[in-house]
Amino acid sequence: MLYHVQIEITLKPTVMDAQGTTIERALHKMGHATVGNVRIGKFVTLEIEAKCPNCARGAAEEMCRELLANPIIEQYHVAVVESEAVV
Amino acid sequence: MKFGVVQFPGSNCDADCYHAIGHVTGQEVRFVWHEETEIGDLDCIVLPGGFSYGDYLRCGAVARFSPVMEAIQVHAAEGKFVIGICNGFQVLTEAGLLPGALYRNDHLKFVCKPQFLCVERTDLPFTHFYAARQVVDFPIAHGEGRYYADADTLAELERNGQVVFRYCDAQGNVTPEANPNGSLNNIAGICNAGGNVLGMMPHPERRCERLLGGSDGKKLFKGLAESLRVLEISKGLR
Repeated sequence: MLYHVQIEITLKPTVMDAQGTTIERALHKMGHATVGNVRIGKFVTLEIEAKCPNCARGAAEEMCRELLANPIIEQYHVAVVESEAVV
Repeated sequence: MKFGVVQFPGSNCDADCYHAIGHVTGQEVRFVWHEETEIGDLDCIVLPGGFSYGDYLRCGAVARFSPVMEAIQVHAAEGKFVIGICNGFQVLTEAGLLPGALYRNDHLKFVCKPQFLCVERTDLPFTHFYAARQVVDFPIAHGEGRYYADADTLAELERNGQVVFRYCDAQGNVTPEANPNGSLNNIAGICNAGGNVLGMMPHPERRCERLLGGSDGKKLFKGLAESLRVLEISKGLR
């Protein structure tokens, strides 16, 4: 089965995100005074042939640990959907 | 002593390193293409600055997978010398040869200027030609040079004396104002526990000739060559 994987990578909450802070200030200047905790990250999509959704997730998580994210400063979130469900 | 300067696609300080080590410091040096796997002839590997693999994903993240890196892991494990400068430092942290990570400067700007550093360790082969707590002035040029490590790792680095260079002012005061990128504890350069792998964001190779503003950087390469010469003599006597 072909699975479509979406991966979000952001700096850990304990790591100061200078981009997020700067964008937050800009949003406040636009008048969005109630906006807070803006974080900037990366979004990776990929397709993977795997036996089951959990197999696809496991492979994607390994990719995150080894390359796509730097676990020292970043955290990641993996979402797996069957390829047919993606328009 | 023989140096090897690694060339990744996107390295751009490789020729500067080669010039500083070969022409200025008078050491034997050759280029090492990133696909090479035979580096047994080399005593010290230099990972130069630049933008290896276009800084794709994260600085240094992809260079880690170049064939030469496996040979460098072995080289380092044998206790041979490795110096990573700027992007080379980023590659060393991504490859796990040095602890911590380097990420976006706190002010988000690319910073390119002369920078005072305090030499914190002078008992290393890399730094024994410097005086204790000597202040040197090396150029920095990076957008992602902010050193980060979790609290435990940072405490261990400090406890082991693995911080080799710290950002400071002209008088050697390590202050938040003298910190050009938000690095934790003003860290500009660290070594591994064995003291044979050094990573630093500032560029010693750009401070090797008076014409270019000073020659303090030369002491790093010369000191290392002298250490190895003494080591070889002592081995020969045994």
